[in-house]
Amino acid sequence: MKELLELYFSFFRIGLFTFGGGMAMLPMLTKEIVEDKKWATNEEILNYFAIGQCTPGIIAINTATFIGTKRRGAVGGFVATLGMITPSLIVILVIASVLSKIMHYEIVGHIFVGIRVAVAALVTESLIGILKSGIKDIFGIVFYIVTLTLCLCFDLSPICVVVLGVVVGVTRIKLINKEKRK
Amino acid sequence: MMTYIYLIIEFFKIGLFSVGGGLATLPWLFDLAEKDYGWFTSSQLADMIAISESTPGPMGVNMATYAGYNAGGIFGGIISTLSLALPGIVIIIIIYGFLEKFSDNKYVKGVFYALHPAVGALITLACIQVYKSSFLASEGFGIKPLHFAVFAVIFAVKLIFGKKIHPIAVIAAGAVIGAVISL
Repeated sequence: MKELLELYFSFFRIGLFTFGGGMAMLPMLTKEIVEDKKWATNEEILNYFAIGQCTPGIIAINTATFIGTKRRGAVGGFVATLGMITPSLIVILVIASVLSKIMHYEIVGHIFVGIRVAVAALVTESLIGILKSGIKDIFGIVFYIVTLTLCLCFDLSPICVVVLGVVVGVTRIKLINKEKRK
Repeated sequence: MMTYIYLIIEFFKIGLFSVGGGLATLPWLFDLAEKDYGWFTSSQLADMIAISESTPGPMGVNMATYAGYNAGGIFGGIISTLSLALPGIVIIIIIYGFLEKFSDNKYVKGVFYALHPAVGALITLACIQVYKSSFLASEGFGIKPLHFAVFAVIFAVKLIFGKKIHPIAVIAAGAVIGAVISL
């Protein structure tokens, strides 16, 4: 019970301080889940993101369900996800009606611009951490640059990227096996 | 009553068929605006996107709550969000079971080994998107100097003090700086 509550409130905090799309949750996720609670490693989070890219649903929800399920089974998955969506429910239901009115004040606009700049700095820091733990050798560096270039030049969709990763991963293992047999 | 049932069906569908992040829900929401439910119009949806982006919570969840609220009040907001989340929760719980079972399989390991740099690239792209909404000029390749300066200072301070500064403190600092210097 105690751990379920912990799961709920950890993801409540993450939901409350995610401003923007799914990846904006990364700084809070690494702080709460990887550094403080040690419920998952950076590598596991990368795994969850990879699966989340090609399964139905929002990445933030998928990631919360994964970590919750890892800690406390299916119930944990539900509880963590509920924690993640509660702040949205409260904020949107209570504040959104007010917010749409106060959005017209200039200072509110400036505050949100400031928050976005801060989020940019946080996401950059998380990105560096994630790349450090996800890219371990020359294969990783090359494949990272290749995928990034493909995405930037040809607008490759996330699902295509994941499929490419699966194909390359399987091929790599097959090649390694062949080497060994020789 | 019928509104609630339609909300459940429509948002369950969106949760089931929007693959890959909150933005993937947008085409479905625009589709909903076109249908004759009269829940919200396309221009209201544009306002919703703006509000979802700047309020706490993942954007896709915010959008569902906001759209559901517009259509069926507070209860509408709650059931829309839950319906949106449900397919993802069930599917991930099932996948997790398989993942556990086969995590030692060398092919599964090999696939994730290659997926890490690939997902790293995707996160890098997402990071560039965040830059676009914070310090890159909306058109062309320019940067907004003041915004970039604030970004650089916050980033440098965070690098120096690292884990001692909580992300919440950084976000709060961003809000204060934004208000004080009228970013």
